[in-house]
Amino acid sequence: MPKDHGIGAAQKRREDVRFLTGAGQYTDDINVYGQTYCAFLRSDVAHGRIVSIDTSDAEAMPGVVRIFTGKDFEGVGGLPCGWQVTDKHGEPMKEPGHPVLAQGKVRHVGDPFAAVVAETLEEARNAAEAIVYDIEELPAVVDMKAALAPGATKVHDDLPDNLCYDWQFGSDQADVDKAFAEAAHVTTLELVNNRLVANPMEPRVALGEYSRANDESTLYTTSQNPHVIRLLMGAFVLGIPEHKLRVVAPDVGGGFGTKIFHYAEEAFVTFASRQINRPVKWTSTRSEAFMSDAHGRDHVTKIELALDADNNFTGLRTDTLANMGAYLSTFSSSIPTWLHGTLMAGNYKTPAVQVNVKAVFTNTVPVDAYRGAGRPEATFQLERLVDKAARELGVDPITLRRQNFITEFPYTTPVAVQYDTGNYIATMDKLEEMIDRAGFAARRAESAKNGKLRGLGVNCYIEACGIAPSNLVGQLGARAGLYDAATVRVNATGTISVMVGAHSHGQGHETAFPQVVAEMLGIDESMIDIVHGDSSKIPFGMGTYGSRSLAVCGSAMVRATEKIINKAKKIASHLLEASEADIELKDGQFTVAGTDKSVAWGDVTLAAYVPHNYPLEEIEPGLEETAFYDPSNFTYPSGAYACEVELDPETGKVEILNFAAADDFGNVVNPMIVEGQVHGGIAQGIGQAMLESCVYDENGQLLSASYMDYAMPRAEDVPFFKVDHSCVTPCTHNPLGVKGCGEAGAIGSPPAVVNAVLDALNSGGFDVAHIDMPVSPHRVWKAMHG
Amino acid sequence: MYSFEIETPTSLADALSALGQDEAQALGGGQTLIPSLKARLASPAVLVSLAKIDEIKGITAGDGTVTIGGGTTHAAVAAGVAGSYPALAALAGNIGDPAVRNRGTIGGSLANNDPAACYPAAVLASGATIVTNTREIAADDYFQGMFTTALEEGEIVTAVTFPIPEKAAYLKFEQPASRFALVGVFVAKYPDGVRVAVTGASESGVFRWTEAEAALSADFSVAALDGLSLPAEGMMGDLHGSGAYRAHLVAVMTKRAVTAAG
Repeated sequence: MPKDHGIGAAQKRREDVRFLTGAGQYTDDINVYGQTYCAFLRSDVAHGRIVSIDTSDAEAMPGVVRIFTGKDFEGVGGLPCGWQVTDKHGEPMKEPGHPVLAQGKVRHVGDPFAAVVAETLEEARNAAEAIVYDIEELPAVVDMKAALAPGATKVHDDLPDNLCYDWQFGSDQADVDKAFAEAAHVTTLELVNNRLVANPMEPRVALGEYSRANDESTLYTTSQNPHVIRLLMGAFVLGIPEHKLRVVAPDVGGGFGTKIFHYAEEAFVTFASRQINRPVKWTSTRSEAFMSDAHGRDHVTKIELALDADNNFTGLRTDTLANMGAYLSTFSSSIPTWLHGTLMAGNYKTPAVQVNVKAVFTNTVPVDAYRGAGRPEATFQLERLVDKAARELGVDPITLRRQNFITEFPYTTPVAVQYDTGNYIATMDKLEEMIDRAGFAARRAESAKNGKLRGLGVNCYIEACGIAPSNLVGQLGARAGLYDAATVRVNATGTISVMVGAHSHGQGHETAFPQVVAEMLGIDESMIDIVHGDSSKIPFGMGTYGSRSLAVCGSAMVRATEKIINKAKKIASHLLEASEADIELKDGQFTVAGTDKSVAWGDVTLAAYVPHNYPLEEIEPGLEETAFYDPSNFTYPSGAYACEVELDPETGKVEILNFAAADDFGNVVNPMIVEGQVHGGIAQGIGQAMLESCVYDENGQLLSASYMDYAMPRAEDVPFFKVDHSCVTPCTHNPLGVKGCGEAGAIGSPPAVVNAVLDALNSGGFDVAHIDMPVSPHRVWKAMHG
Repeated sequence: MYSFEIETPTSLADALSALGQDEAQALGGGQTLIPSLKARLASPAVLVSLAKIDEIKGITAGDGTVTIGGGTTHAAVAAGVAGSYPALAALAGNIGDPAVRNRGTIGGSLANNDPAACYPAAVLASGATIVTNTREIAADDYFQGMFTTALEEGEIVTAVTFPIPEKAAYLKFEQPASRFALVGVFVAKYPDGVRVAVTGASESGVFRWTEAEAALSADFSVAALDGLSLPAEGMMGDLHGSGAYRAHLVAVMTKRAVTAAG
């Protein structure tokens, strides 16, 4: 019988009740006394020199409190980048300034260069429209290759060119050259990883409030990591000491990475609220979100695989151009490098792997982490390439993968990471069982009767989650630690508040985290609540991204709970007049081993707070413990995915009929939440593969600037997924043995979709080697007709 | 959105009177106008809502025709003509989503004449008559290019009269983002011939594919369309499809519409 309690129970998400009944408290739901509203004036050209900004007419408009321009931010810090990448010559990356409001030049459509604070939102918008400005339009650089060409227009006048860094990583050049020189076969593929807009359901919001009484600022913001925002904004931008700055991220309606970063609007409302001594609120419109939320992906890659005569992979090398956009967003520099290059070995024992990445500035919105962040780019390249190799060699794509799988763990790749555990054969076996591969030929024949082409695409993936060991990432250029923290506060009656550094914006922490503590203490989950999202309430944790919450913050929570148990046993031993070593905790009872003497959990917690009969000379009263946890390695979820499509050769339209995912997430705390996370990830992966594309024209105008042209996946675009996570190789280095599941679906699914479409086309006699994402009907039709 | 006054007259006469004010603008179901207002792309001083005018709502059957009031929602059309004109009901029932279908109106859609809207294809392929507060306009005279119609300033579409065909079908190939028609083809077979109207494809808005009409009038079969194609010139090209692709899809969707019409 499945568990209904503790670790492994498929409990329904308790937070969904408030989300689904309108009781959620999102940032825009927060309104404070004396609040003003802010409207940004944003550049409508991709690149331009600010000649003049005249705010005098606008200042006279009704309701205007203050108008700010870049001049008001002279002497204020710029938005920092949190990761310094060192290039292949040992030089630091180029790090141009990123002012809160543009100074001198605007560098992308949507770049804010003035802001109006007014009594109402309408008045703020009216006044923003009344600002008279002269921006001399300059040629824009949009295409990355053009941006790197000699003589290209420079996005930043103070940099020598548009190159942020030229990074190389992996095996020695000689080893890679040798692999290719001696190869029996080389497969080459050039591909694009399409630029995406994250589009969380809740647009970004920021509300800054200043208290003159105690010189404190509070920022309410749609963030995945309030302490990271406090650190970056307090220390680097506005110079507000941490004890005078509170950051609150309440209910957040989806993040997908784009709410990790510290944004100009957050710094602006905090700064402006101090200047005018009134709260300032900004709520993004969806149109603003398209041109101000950090975008994702946007890589152009050439990748090559060397194979020997027996089809063993002997060498891999990649050349990637990674778009940074106009400025470096918070973690932008690390995505194409440490979160991408280190995953290029994939699931394979390729002995020589070399990754080359040039990061490029263009007149586009900054690009940063989006669900998967670097790992989907790595997986897509590698798994498309392996599929192409199989087709060129005339071998079965699953057989080719199996032949080259890593089978012994721990395994250190040529790109530096050490996979602690995994079983890629097991997940591939499970996948083959799930997809009825034997029946595919009959299904294909059935489709053919209806004039349709059926295709089956398969891939595997490996990712690095649970970021990250602080000492390692520090060596790699991270400017922050990546531990996390939890405080377990036991109340007198035995109920518990767990204050966690992780932030839940759809992940279900409020349900899953109590399951862990309940399991450890043997008490009911209903006695335990999770507190998150407020820097004044929680310990200094680093937030939620990179599928890290349970693996890192959950581990801190386990450590803190262990401290609670140790102390509670001391109290119990005193109450039971027994030796501490003899005390056992089971089902919420402390028992003297081998006897029927016991005290209940609630008796012990009450004693801790009403210490009438208490060993005060030995231990302090109270029952509250904090732990910080810094992992010793990444975690490495892995799996095998399959997609079955039907393609209409007359129109090029592709329908996904079946999708199966066999994942190894290590141990699973709440299988229902894990399934939901995988469903959401696959839906976004299918979105990238089939629908989504952020497109600029050659002048840097955003063509896909609304849902009229940016295609989001909808329910009808995805099939019912088959999801399995029964293949378990527990993580060896965290106490729960968990690996993380938040990004897997988005990482593992795009290549399966594209591989399936190409399989369908080739089965119909269309010799198509590759189609870039999104695999839209138009692109398929063009591929079929040259 | 800029601030504006709104009036909700309950008679056509009151609506016309209200529309005589400076910078007044009629508001049908608001499925295009409201987003335009929210984006501050329009700034009427007065919006005159047509939503409460019962005399321009509803569906009446005539002798071989069906007449639909201009203020009738897509959802009401989908339900109301399911028996009399199933192809039109299917078209109406597949516009947007339920929220759109319960607000948007046939009159609003035709007054706007979005080049990718569905209704213009049905109206043109049916040889329908657009009835306004001042006159009747034949479909062939009504559509005058994208977002352009024969309507005069202040003229309101009060009804549309559709001759009911022997057979008809509308096939829409959806643009992946907006789900408007990338190409939509309405084929209607009448005793005196077949009419084929295409939406979504042309830079000139909805149009009749006369070669296909001639071929199908002679022989209403898919085979009759073999070899017929449209040039890519004059077709819209954008992120979602080139002119050549749209021209190709017109031929495919026309064949499928003939098959669907039976």
